[in-house]
Amino acid sequence: MWFEQVLFFVAGIGALAGALGVVLLQNPFYSVLSLVAHLLGLAVLFLLLNAEFLAAAQVVVYAGAVMVLYLFVVAYIGGADEPLRPESGGVAVFGPLFAVAIAVELCIAFISSGLQALDTRGADVARAENADQFGSPGAIGELLLTDFLLPFEAASFLLLVAAVGAVVLARRRRGLEEVGTGEASPGGGPAGARGEPPIETLEVRI
Amino acid sequence: MDITWYLVLSAFIFAIGAAGVISRRNPLVVLLCLELMLNAGNLALVAFSRMHGGEAGQVFALIVMVIAACEVVIGLGIIVAMYRNRLPIDIDEMSELRG
Amino acid sequence: MSATSYGWLVLAFPLAGTLIISLGWRVLPGRLPGWIGTAAILLAFLASIGALLDLLDHSEEERQLVDSAWTYAATADFSADLAILVDPLSVFMCLVVSGVSFLIHLYSVAYMSGDGGYSRYFAYLNFFVFSMLLLVLAANFVILIIGWAFVGAASYLLISFWYRRVTAVRAGIKAFVINVIGDVALVVAAFLILDNVSSLDFLTVFDGAGKAFGQNDGTLVAACVLILVGAFAKSAQLPLHTWLPDAMEGPTPVSALIHAATMVTAGVYLIVRMHPLFEIAPTAADIGAIVGCATLLFAASVAIAVTDLKRVIAYSTISQIGYMVMGASIAAYGAGLFHLMTHAFFKALLFMGAGSVIGAMAGIQDMDRMGGFRRAMPFTFITFTIGALALGGFPLTAGFFSKDEIIAFAIHRGDWYVALAILAYIGAFLTAFYAFRMVFRVFLGEPVPEARELESGHLAHGEPMNPMTGELEDTDVGFPGPEHHVAESEFPMKAAMGPLALLAIVGGVVAIPGLTDILEKFLEPTFADSRFHDTAPTTGAEVWGLVAGGVISVLGIGLAWWVYVREPGTAARVRERFAWLHRFLVNKWYFDELYEAMFVRPVTTFGGFGRRVIETDFVQGTIVGGATGIVRVGTSVARAVQTGYLRVYALFLLLGVAALTLYFLITSS
Repeated sequence: MWFEQVLFFVAGIGALAGALGVVLLQNPFYSVLSLVAHLLGLAVLFLLLNAEFLAAAQVVVYAGAVMVLYLFVVAYIGGADEPLRPESGGVAVFGPLFAVAIAVELCIAFISSGLQALDTRGADVARAENADQFGSPGAIGELLLTDFLLPFEAASFLLLVAAVGAVVLARRRRGLEEVGTGEASPGGGPAGARGEPPIETLEVRI
Repeated sequence: MDITWYLVLSAFIFAIGAAGVISRRNPLVVLLCLELMLNAGNLALVAFSRMHGGEAGQVFALIVMVIAACEVVIGLGIIVAMYRNRLPIDIDEMSELRG
Repeated sequence: MSATSYGWLVLAFPLAGTLIISLGWRVLPGRLPGWIGTAAILLAFLASIGALLDLLDHSEEERQLVDSAWTYAATADFSADLAILVDPLSVFMCLVVSGVSFLIHLYSVAYMSGDGGYSRYFAYLNFFVFSMLLLVLAANFVILIIGWAFVGAASYLLISFWYRRVTAVRAGIKAFVINVIGDVALVVAAFLILDNVSSLDFLTVFDGAGKAFGQNDGTLVAACVLILVGAFAKSAQLPLHTWLPDAMEGPTPVSALIHAATMVTAGVYLIVRMHPLFEIAPTAADIGAIVGCATLLFAASVAIAVTDLKRVIAYSTISQIGYMVMGASIAAYGAGLFHLMTHAFFKALLFMGAGSVIGAMAGIQDMDRMGGFRRAMPFTFITFTIGALALGGFPLTAGFFSKDEIIAFAIHRGDWYVALAILAYIGAFLTAFYAFRMVFRVFLGEPVPEARELESGHLAHGEPMNPMTGELEDTDVGFPGPEHHVAESEFPMKAAMGPLALLAIVGGVVAIPGLTDILEKFLEPTFADSRFHDTAPTTGAEVWGLVAGGVISVLGIGLAWWVYVREPGTAARVRERFAWLHRFLVNKWYFDELYEAMFVRPVTTFGGFGRRVIETDFVQGTIVGGATGIVRVGTSVARAVQTGYLRVYALFLLLGVAALTLYFLITSS
């Protein structure tokens, strides 16, 4: 159906453009934004593939939460524009070269007769009314709680660990000078004794 | 559409992400490129899941998303700690593994 | 207790002495280590007497007893045991060794006191006696060689006892190297015998040698010649004699014990023990006789020229052992062993007296500086003269009977052995001469300053110095420094020298021809299988031999008296007339220089070459350096990969993935 193909190309080009933007833009802020665009393109592609829940999760969780977090950090760090001087050494040459090589190889694998199992259209998917539709939250949820219970629980555990880890990593250490405060003691910054810190820091004490 | 199109697109996004990981010096951007690669993998997973008709691929992609989120959190935590300790935010400056 | 139990005790006591002294030297006070060592040897002597008495209880045919403590290796046709053989020969040697050792230990208790290495000395000395007893009690070649090697080691340890003295260390090394030559020869000989007779046990070998070898069989002659080489190295015969004069660097009691009475007689014991083999290989026996005779004359000729007191006695030892070797080789076993016994008595006595004189001279050993000690040291004078009389074979002393018995046997055997006898008489003349040369130069004449000091009651003291080179030395390890001991003032020394003097006079009674036959009869079971067993000189011939010997001895003493006492300038005039001969003799016939050029110089040159080129340049430079260099280069190449840049590592990851994908692509298409 032509609608589907057009949408595919639009979303695909949007995703690719976003990806290129991430890599080529010098300002990290802009890179984050172009990644967001890339994610939105991918969400459309997911929809085209009948993965509705996943598309929603992508937009809400990935683009909505993770990237916002990213924006916070980029704003805090204030990543400077990278200078435009040429890269030194073979890294600049071989990096993109090998990446291109991998892309070429994969394309050859996909397009040629390498993967015979590639069906052109895809299986017929369930569209019944009473059964959970393919890709619907119900179907995913049922799988998560029956067949894939262990990965589900493990993933939640992993989230917990990550949260704790992030807190531990970013806490203030006693005796270390902090950027912007200029003093070695932890605790609340002195009320106006020094100059205003340029950025409001999030104090977390363990 | 042919599944092949989706897969080729996924390959391109992966390659772009890989090139970005190697080429960029700001660790934040390197992490972003890592996200790109993960997303390319997600796309391939979903495409295959559509091809087979089972939702296992989508569940896998969901878990991958969770993992990507965790990884981003930790990575950003490290970068914030680096910033706090006045280390230069530049991957090439962190060459303590030099042997 | 049986004879063999006594035999084990004989070995156990000196070993226990060594262990006690060496382990407890820090806690044993004063002279106690010396008394412990002396007591150990006394117990060994008593055990030897016990073995003797028990052996005499057995009938004459059963006097060869073997006892094995432990079997070291046992195969189908060969076994090596830790076994001792108690028979008249070994008991005789045990008695002589332990008896004389006991007296010398007693002497050393006083002589060495004040020395920094007192305990070490007695530990070494006990170890030496243990090794010597092990050697004579051995029942097979294995134990014999073990004892042989231990004795060499003990000799080395004791010669270089004052190890801070360079000359002493060099002398010790020289002795050890020459001894090792003998060790190797002995081991090869043992192997040759094992190869043909399939046993190393003495009694088995002696029984089987007659069947395994024909008369003068080449292999047997070779084995016997190798045994001779071992004997010559240990007993300092030509040409392996150069170590013994240098071994005088050790303390005087050491010279008395090891290099006069016991160790150097091990060679004689070896030849006598192996007599069944020698009798089947007469060629080897003849070689032994000739070498013994040549050594006898050579050493006597040098002894009349050298001026160091201890070295005169050393060359005298070489000469007398030449007599014993000659006697053992011409099958005069009893006579040879008799001379061994009497020689032990009077030679130890002479060394002890010399030690006393050197103590009075504050360490100086040069006879040119000595003189007139007879009033200052009467006891030493008398005992030394008795020893010299016995050495020279003065009538009715012990040496008189023993030496002339050998010569009489030589004449009795006829043929060309008579020539040996005549040469031996010439040697006896020279012996008497140089023996009394010593007596007259040291004790008679005008007293030297040191003697005058001693007469007035106290010992002379000088700077401690090396008697050979004259260089001053420190006394850290206790070179005889401020403390010198003289027999007149120390009871243990007198107690040791007295019995020896007595034995030197009366020791001859065990074998007066025609009257007593104690020694011969006692040793008979061992030599019952000898071809010459029943041949002996007639009493008449022996008596003529004794008369001739006595006359020669008196002539020699008379000549010495005339040269040194009657006409004191004669010696100097003769020396001038025959300067070239004198130089030749004083330089010991230039043997040392010959060996130095033939052996020592090439070996040291090669050693230097080896160190410089082979070791330093080749091994360390090329091989070791090359190996490490290659490793270093390799690792630095590998290290270059560790750049530390994360991006480079990621690049390699990517490269790996690309390569893998390519591989799978290729293999699946």
